[in-house]
Amino acid sequence: MIGFEFFIDQSRCIGCQACVQACMECDTHRGRSMIHLEVIDRTVSTQTGPVVCMHCEDPVCASVCPADAIKQTEEGIVHSSMKSRCIGCSNCVLACPFGVPRYVASIDQMMKCDMCFDRTSVGKKPMCATVCPSQALYFGPRAEIERLRPEQPVNEFRFGRQIVKTKVNVMVRPETTVMDFDVVSFMSGASSGV
Amino acid sequence: MAIPTLDETQFIDKFGPHLNYEPAGGWQEQEPDKLVKTHCCFCGVQCGIQLKVKDNKVIGFEPWEEFPVNHGMLCPKGIKRYLQNEHPDRLLSPLIRDRKGFRTATWDEALDRTVHAIKTIQERYGRDAFAILGGASMTNEKAYLIGKFARVALRTANVDYNGRLCMVSAGAANKMAFGIDRAANPWSDIPLAKAIILSGTNLGECFPILTDYVWRARDNGAKIIVIDPRMTPIARTADLFLPVKPGRDSALANGILHVMIERGWIDEHFIDQHTEGFEQACKLVAKYSPEFTEAITGVPASSIVRAAEIWGPTATSMLLHARGVEHQVKGVENCLSYINLVLASGRIGKPGCGYGTITGQGNGQGGREHGQRCNQLPGARDIEDLDHRRFIADFWRISESDLPHTGLTACEIFDAIESGKIKGLLSISFNPLVSIPDANRTRAALEKLEFYGCIDFFLSESGRYADVVLAGSLQEEDEGTVTTGEGRCVRLRQSISPPGDARVDWEIIAELAGRLGASDYFSYGAAEDIFRELSAATKGGIADYSGMTYSKIEENMGVFWPCPSSDHPGTPRLFEDGRFLRENGRAKFHAYEYRPPSEDVDADYPVFFTSGRVVSQYLSGNQTRRIGALVDQYPEPLCEMHPLLAARVGVAQGDLVRVKTRRGELVVPVQIVKTIRPDTVFVPYHWPGRKSANLLTNRALDPISKIPEYKVCACRVERARSASAIARSLKR
Repeated sequence: MIGFEFFIDQSRCIGCQACVQACMECDTHRGRSMIHLEVIDRTVSTQTGPVVCMHCEDPVCASVCPADAIKQTEEGIVHSSMKSRCIGCSNCVLACPFGVPRYVASIDQMMKCDMCFDRTSVGKKPMCATVCPSQALYFGPRAEIERLRPEQPVNEFRFGRQIVKTKVNVMVRPETTVMDFDVVSFMSGASSGV
Repeated sequence: MAIPTLDETQFIDKFGPHLNYEPAGGWQEQEPDKLVKTHCCFCGVQCGIQLKVKDNKVIGFEPWEEFPVNHGMLCPKGIKRYLQNEHPDRLLSPLIRDRKGFRTATWDEALDRTVHAIKTIQERYGRDAFAILGGASMTNEKAYLIGKFARVALRTANVDYNGRLCMVSAGAANKMAFGIDRAANPWSDIPLAKAIILSGTNLGECFPILTDYVWRARDNGAKIIVIDPRMTPIARTADLFLPVKPGRDSALANGILHVMIERGWIDEHFIDQHTEGFEQACKLVAKYSPEFTEAITGVPASSIVRAAEIWGPTATSMLLHARGVEHQVKGVENCLSYINLVLASGRIGKPGCGYGTITGQGNGQGGREHGQRCNQLPGARDIEDLDHRRFIADFWRISESDLPHTGLTACEIFDAIESGKIKGLLSISFNPLVSIPDANRTRAALEKLEFYGCIDFFLSESGRYADVVLAGSLQEEDEGTVTTGEGRCVRLRQSISPPGDARVDWEIIAELAGRLGASDYFSYGAAEDIFRELSAATKGGIADYSGMTYSKIEENMGVFWPCPSSDHPGTPRLFEDGRFLRENGRAKFHAYEYRPPSEDVDADYPVFFTSGRVVSQYLSGNQTRRIGALVDQYPEPLCEMHPLLAARVGVAQGDLVRVKTRRGELVVPVQIVKTIRPDTVFVPYHWPGRKSANLLTNRALDPISKIPEYKVCACRVERARSASAIARSLKR
């Protein structure tokens, strides 16, 4: 879909896993979800974070692949490893700064999010962003999300001295506030005893 | 006698739940024959969805982005619902229980046996000794048919439904305050609100796609207030979180009203012109100062003041609540106390201004309008109102004197089975053994029945006790309509026909009616015939559907009732003219003093127990516990406990805890979380048997709505010995 981009706002995520479940249902994924839902620390918070491939402009996973099995399309989509080339070495799994690729032993191949290439290439939105009930995963024009939301899209990340630019954007709040996640902090002193 | 002949293991081996992971035909690209635009079979939001159909099998789904409520959004349950199809547990023919378990039967045999039992019991013990229980996940057509079947064919007063376990407190409160039982606003008003109160609704898990509506409001600058003993996903980023102590909701609402009045944040003109009872409410809340309210609710006085500061002076607002406030013996009082906040603000009946309960079941709204409730006739009519009785009796061509009066509600029906007054039961889409509080009593009641017949598509844990099982239909196997939580009547489309010898539910009901000698009243050729009849039956009633047709509903992607004529567009927002549906046209404030729950904590049982849902399961789990990917997401019930309480109990993450109430006990793994009050534990309720949260809950009923108090009772928790510890002790 021309002009449409992918935006992630982890702060909106409700941990429902609709993205995970829907990813399995994408025709070419055949029951395998390529999205990871990270539970940050359930003891502390219900905060979860959906992780899709960020589709780096200069993908590290592809650079480190000794078999040249990871290809990037003209549109900037970074694909799963090619079955005919992948040697299952997991270099990509270790190298990715976002922790996206997974080595799937049963098929001896690396699989990762391809931004529903089969759908986006025929004018549909990616499955996860279509179903996401909180729209933590959003697929649409940049101007539209900038108009709708107070958060700002960011697609440049610094890992030490390495700067990674990505096709996928992360929404960040313009102002950051301290957040507390312990119910006790919200309770009156009188009743906070057990 | 309804005593099971299969033990639990044999039952599970044969009838499941087994886990279905793959679509019919496996994971391969399959070109569907058609995409059917219909709706999810689960919660009251009724998301639009397209089902992929190939060779009379549902093989997957495709988002339906044009449907204006969810725009393609779905929760995990909606995504995986299609895996109920081609499921190994699917009932494919009628079953009759024998000494070895269940044997398949012909329809003639199963229906005759059922009718024989009904007649025998009614002749011996009276007509009301046979009860029927329906479900709020069923279509409007079926809900109407169950009510009519009970009154015209069975001629029993004892018909009720599992919506009695759901939102009836809100329904009764809405009737008392507004004269009409429907959410006052469409969901589309949520993003227009500048202040939102979400009280007792785990919205992110129970109505996931409404999260987007709330977030859009926040994008527009709205402040979100969440009231819940647990910091649920929607509470995590709320502007204000009020962790109310279980069972204290009416006090909290009174406290907020107190500050609103004190600060003058009330709409005197609206109160004067459009309401009554404000003075009594005013007098009542005078003593609910922030400090007084804090002492009852455990919410800091400053947070109560802050809630009033957000809610009081705002320009637009929505107040939404759900089971958290409704599932209490003062459920109606809680709802009315919250409605006071809406009425005092004057913000209702305008864009971005209003109120609603979020119904939990697929047809929670429509299921309570068409007469399957023990106190109600079609069109939300009152069964004790003589005019209403005459209208429906004439409509059905029976004598008014033959129309039964008010019967028992769902939980009372089980009480009556227990006491021997009710001897026979027919249920459809209802799994009482898992869903009714105090499950040990429910089990004993089922065993006591002289006859139990069950219509369902999967054999539930309750169905194990049935004498006759009639294989019915999944939602996608029948045509029909449901009415969503916002009052929008939408069309369900038949995607496939029932497999094997299973039949669509309404045909089974009509067939039973015929064999009971009432065939003249139940001759339908299609579900649409039933809809035509039910919409005509609602004419002139409060829930008026008489201007709706299937094609009108389809063309408009749903029509909001009231829709009293064919040229009427429907009514998305109520009370726009400032007129309420009570006799004098005014909305009513109610003044309810806070009263404690039926069972409060004490020295013996010092911890609050509460229950609710998780996002990947639905109600008693008869559908969702059979879908592999949903079960994997949350495989078994866990006991949520704050680290402070865990330290006192002496348990660490993953340990087993025994949760005990005066009614039963449960051993489950503990999940240590800071997202719950330290004086409260939570276990979700979707599981049967020894994992059933309803072994613990209290069957105390709200005096008006007869909803049971699921959301609060007293328990004690202790560390349970782990399996390995037990193994070690056995070795010694």
